[in-house]
Amino acid sequence: MTAFTSLSIAMIKGFYRDRTSLFFMFVFPLMFLVIFGLLLGGSGGERTKIGVVGDGPVIAALGAGEALELQRFDDLDTAVRQVVDGDLPAVVAQDGDDVRLRFAASDRAAAGVVTGIVSGVVNEANLAATGQPRTFVLDQRPVEDVSLKPIQYLTPGILSWGVSISAVFGAALTLVSWRKKQVLRRIRLAPVGVGTVLVSRVLVSIGTALLQGVVFVAVAVLPVFGLTLSGQWYLAIPLLVLGTLAFFSVGMLVGAFCRTEEAASGAANAVVLPMSFLGGTFFPVEQAPDWLQTVSLVFPLRHMNDGMVDVLVRGKGIEALAVPSAVLIGFTLVVGLVATRVFRWED
Amino acid sequence: MTEGERGPAVVVQDVRKSYGDLVAVDGVSFTVAEGEFFGILGPNGAGKTTVLEIVEGLRQADSGFVRLLGQDPWPRNSALLPRIGVQLQASSFFERLTAKEQLGTFGSLYGVGEAVVADMLELVGLTDKADVQENELSGGQRQRLSIACALVHDPDVVFLDEPTAALDPQARRNLWDVLRAIQQRGKTVVLTTHHLDEAEILCDRVAIVDRGRVLAMDSPAALVRGLDAPTTVLLQRGALPIAEARALAGVDDVVESEVALSLSTRTPAPVLSALAERGALDGLQVRTATLEDVFLDLTGREYRA
Repeated sequence: MTAFTSLSIAMIKGFYRDRTSLFFMFVFPLMFLVIFGLLLGGSGGERTKIGVVGDGPVIAALGAGEALELQRFDDLDTAVRQVVDGDLPAVVAQDGDDVRLRFAASDRAAAGVVTGIVSGVVNEANLAATGQPRTFVLDQRPVEDVSLKPIQYLTPGILSWGVSISAVFGAALTLVSWRKKQVLRRIRLAPVGVGTVLVSRVLVSIGTALLQGVVFVAVAVLPVFGLTLSGQWYLAIPLLVLGTLAFFSVGMLVGAFCRTEEAASGAANAVVLPMSFLGGTFFPVEQAPDWLQTVSLVFPLRHMNDGMVDVLVRGKGIEALAVPSAVLIGFTLVVGLVATRVFRWED
Repeated sequence: MTEGERGPAVVVQDVRKSYGDLVAVDGVSFTVAEGEFFGILGPNGAGKTTVLEIVEGLRQADSGFVRLLGQDPWPRNSALLPRIGVQLQASSFFERLTAKEQLGTFGSLYGVGEAVVADMLELVGLTDKADVQENELSGGQRQRLSIACALVHDPDVVFLDEPTAALDPQARRNLWDVLRAIQQRGKTVVLTTHHLDEAEILCDRVAIVDRGRVLAMDSPAALVRGLDAPTTVLLQRGALPIAEARALAGVDDVVESEVALSLSTRTPAPVLSALAERGALDGLQVRTATLEDVFLDLTGREYRA
């Protein structure tokens, strides 16, 4: 076996035998995917629940629509009490031609939705009752909108974040622990190039990133979370590789400055955490104020994330890789160069 | 290497090294012959490790001349690296690999196949620990494994820095057996230690180092002989009347304590035969001077490891 192969195997074994690092690389980001996926999963998709009393064409039409979910009550007073208590946004009662709507004024959004739907249904019923033909015909159909369901931006975001954790921490902790334990000295005393050691460690990180991609996407496409991948998902692979390189160089820099694993771990956290919040991991950056969006452009995670969203879920083509790739490569070169300058073999 | 080229394995001449104001190595010179077991002995902070690091090519000397197997070890000399083995601290291992995997990985850095791994494990007595992860080995086992890792590529010169530090007495003795076995394989061994007894037992020659200087250099026996210190013969109290003991030829002094009668002499052989003639050998112990006494004599202060 060549030095390169056996070093890579040694590193893979060392890494995958460590339950703590496995937890932080795979389980920890997945926990966020599951929690945020379930928390936000309902928003936008669920139906408003209202109370109904009696029966008739209006109530039948409300039940047939997709926007509302109906809860039956025997008398109006009981139903109105539910509205007063805040358990339901509105109640509709029909008794022959008499249709009553009582709603909670406090929740304006829900009130607007319900009154709009109910008056629409009532108008439609009135029109049908007159037997007149329609003067205006509304043509309505859904289009693909730019805003995404939470799982659609959470998956690329948390994947990019997970890759940043494993690459930054992996590089920093390996470097610090090898220097402290004199493994670096031992390598320096062996007739093996520094490049061999570095490249084999980088390859392990890249392999980890690809594995994270497979695992996270496999979880997110489960029906509970409902991720839909675009046709060009494989364009995410170059981004995973370039992102790993960028974050690995950050880890090398952190590892060059820190003497102990504890310090390296703290410093790596100080880099990764702010980056994950501003880089669009947990919410779309578009929701942030303009100045914050500008700030977030300095983080490689932001660019990796943008590229990931574009190719994984928005279905954009290879041209979407141009900017993120250029930024990640540039970042790797600059930070990597600084890291080699400040690199120390010994404490 | 052909026979004609054979020279000393290590040559160090007037090497100096300072860290800021601290003079770590202050004009050290010594030569180690091929196949020799050479000890650098001294208390902590004496400069032993720095000397070793300069010879290994890990540090550059401020001044002086260093040759390792006829070559300059500084800057990093790739031609020299496969021929030297350096034992580092007992934790210099790859994370979470078993003993066997550590040896295989370190071997591969030198292009050595897996075949030697079993031999190395046997040499250091870890065959039954082959599949145990490094962090689950005891201190002595880790120390032996780290020595095996230094030997895996069959180097000509082996450097051992404090190999028995922090080991219990039993583990130290086990390790001594390993170190002797290494020398029997024809290796040149350079060892630093602050255990005087260890240097005395293992080394062909010893350099006593203190405060960055070599105070004395010779075989342990010659160093002790050079002291011209008296030998103490201890007998059970009452084995011989004190007056009779004083009268023995060659006895310089006699002291009787509550448990023992001790005779001080510079000619132990005739004194012992005289005692044997009298049948007065009950509880016999003979104590000669040790390197500890040599250190005391050289520095004027008590040896503190």
